[in-house]
Amino acid sequence: MNNLNTFTKGLLKENPVFVSLLGMCPTLAVTTGAFNGLGMGLSTTFVLICSNLVICLLRKAIPAQVKLPCYIVIIATFVTLIQFLLHGFVPSLYTSLGAFLELITVNCIILGRAEMFASKNGPVASVLDGAGMGLGFTLALFLMGSVREIFGSGTWLGLTVPGMTGHTMSLFVMPAGGFFVLGLLIAVVCKLSSRKPPKKMGCAGCPNASACSAKCEEA
Amino acid sequence: MGLLTVSPSPHVRSEMSTQKIMLMVILALVPAIAAGTIVFGPRALLLVIFCAAVSMMTELVCRKLMQKENTISDGSAMLTGVLLALNLPVTLPLWQAAVGCIFAIAVVKQLFGGLGCNFANPAITGRIFLLLSVGSDMTTWAKPFYYLDAPFFGLFETSGSAALDGLTGATPLVTGDAGLMELLLGNTGGSLGETSALALLIGGIFLIVTKLISPATPVAYLGSLAALTFVQVLITGGEMTDVLYALLSGGVLLGAFFMATDYVTTPITNKGKIIFGIGCGILTFVIREFASMPEGCSFSILLMNLLTPYIDRFTMTKPVGAGTPEKEGA
Repeated sequence: MNNLNTFTKGLLKENPVFVSLLGMCPTLAVTTGAFNGLGMGLSTTFVLICSNLVICLLRKAIPAQVKLPCYIVIIATFVTLIQFLLHGFVPSLYTSLGAFLELITVNCIILGRAEMFASKNGPVASVLDGAGMGLGFTLALFLMGSVREIFGSGTWLGLTVPGMTGHTMSLFVMPAGGFFVLGLLIAVVCKLSSRKPPKKMGCAGCPNASACSAKCEEA
Repeated sequence: MGLLTVSPSPHVRSEMSTQKIMLMVILALVPAIAAGTIVFGPRALLLVIFCAAVSMMTELVCRKLMQKENTISDGSAMLTGVLLALNLPVTLPLWQAAVGCIFAIAVVKQLFGGLGCNFANPAITGRIFLLLSVGSDMTTWAKPFYYLDAPFFGLFETSGSAALDGLTGATPLVTGDAGLMELLLGNTGGSLGETSALALLIGGIFLIVTKLISPATPVAYLGSLAALTFVQVLITGGEMTDVLYALLSGGVLLGAFFMATDYVTTPITNKGKIIFGIGCGILTFVIREFASMPEGCSFSILLMNLLTPYIDRFTMTKPVGAGTPEKEGA
């Protein structure tokens, strides 16, 4: 797999949110506004790139039996770092993201990429993979946040959208609206990538097949 | 020779078609539409026609986009529009009603495969979508005969307009001060289809007499709600008329006769229908009494819609003579 592909696959083809359906918790919880989505996405991207790099450098040193605790310690380090940075420089974002910032530690995208990619590939590929997946996640959160903010609050990134005043629908900023928008966006992405549902469930139709370590029995 | 004719099934033929059923149900709704128009003025009729038209347009566009055959003539889209309109307050802005219709038809019905494949009643889901989206407009109830004081008989006045100041109020379900006779005739605030209990009863009885709906669901629904209210009256002390009040106010009659009897989204067997109705009754009572929403009718029917596949599985009838494979071997 060449480096460019390593980077771009995370944007749409293997988008962690729209295709792999990973990291649903922050996707649904913090995307009531476009800015929150952007902030959450970029924070996760930062942690993802850094943890991917460190884990891939240490992949020979980490014993297989304790790899998960080691990954968590590395990830938590960078989460703490970004938490301090946001607290210091963007306190409003820090407050609105709340506990979900700390929960980046156990975000399944980051753990998944560490396990599936960084522990098997070199530093350049790992960084590119982290950046691609992180930006794919950011893109998804930003789209979700934009749709929900424009229709739910009539604003976009805090700016008033002309024509939306008095025409907002609060369903979009409710949890149910989060699921609704997510479903619609997944449908659009499926249409754009002209993905058809697999004829039978198995490894063939799975977007994570290339990175999956489990041996498929039916093959 | 007639006796010896051999033909494949089905052997029982009926003149009934989807189109006829839909038109009959709309016919059964005419008293409620008329009552709504008398109580709330010409805008009620406008809203009903507008919703039916938007629903049919949405159906047409969806079927075209999906390159499927045009199903607009079966009347189901029109019925959804009419039912949704009857669930709306008369002063709801038209664009919001249109959004509700588009959501009901495009998302709830056509995305799941059209008539017969929808998982929930489109009109109910459209109403809940609007209730959660534009809650304040959806709970602004015009007072009966407000249109006599409004410009152009209130035809162009939407909730929030200054001309309607003082002409809106809470539904009798919240205030609890309407007389039973007022509830029966519809001289109260509320959604435009739910005001007159009498008109809804006429429509419901018409559907039962013509065997379009089974009485199981409405009886179980209204019966369980009445029983629970009766128990509540016994415990907290109150008047026995409270039981009637619970049945006649709010959208329960509309829901019980026209929404909870939808063929697609309710159980098939009679046993299943009774379970469905009792579930609706319990949920409506619980939401009315203990939740922050004033009315729980639509939510209860939606929740039971979601349980319908499971109810159907538990109440599946056994074919005559069928046995378990083990027994056959023994």
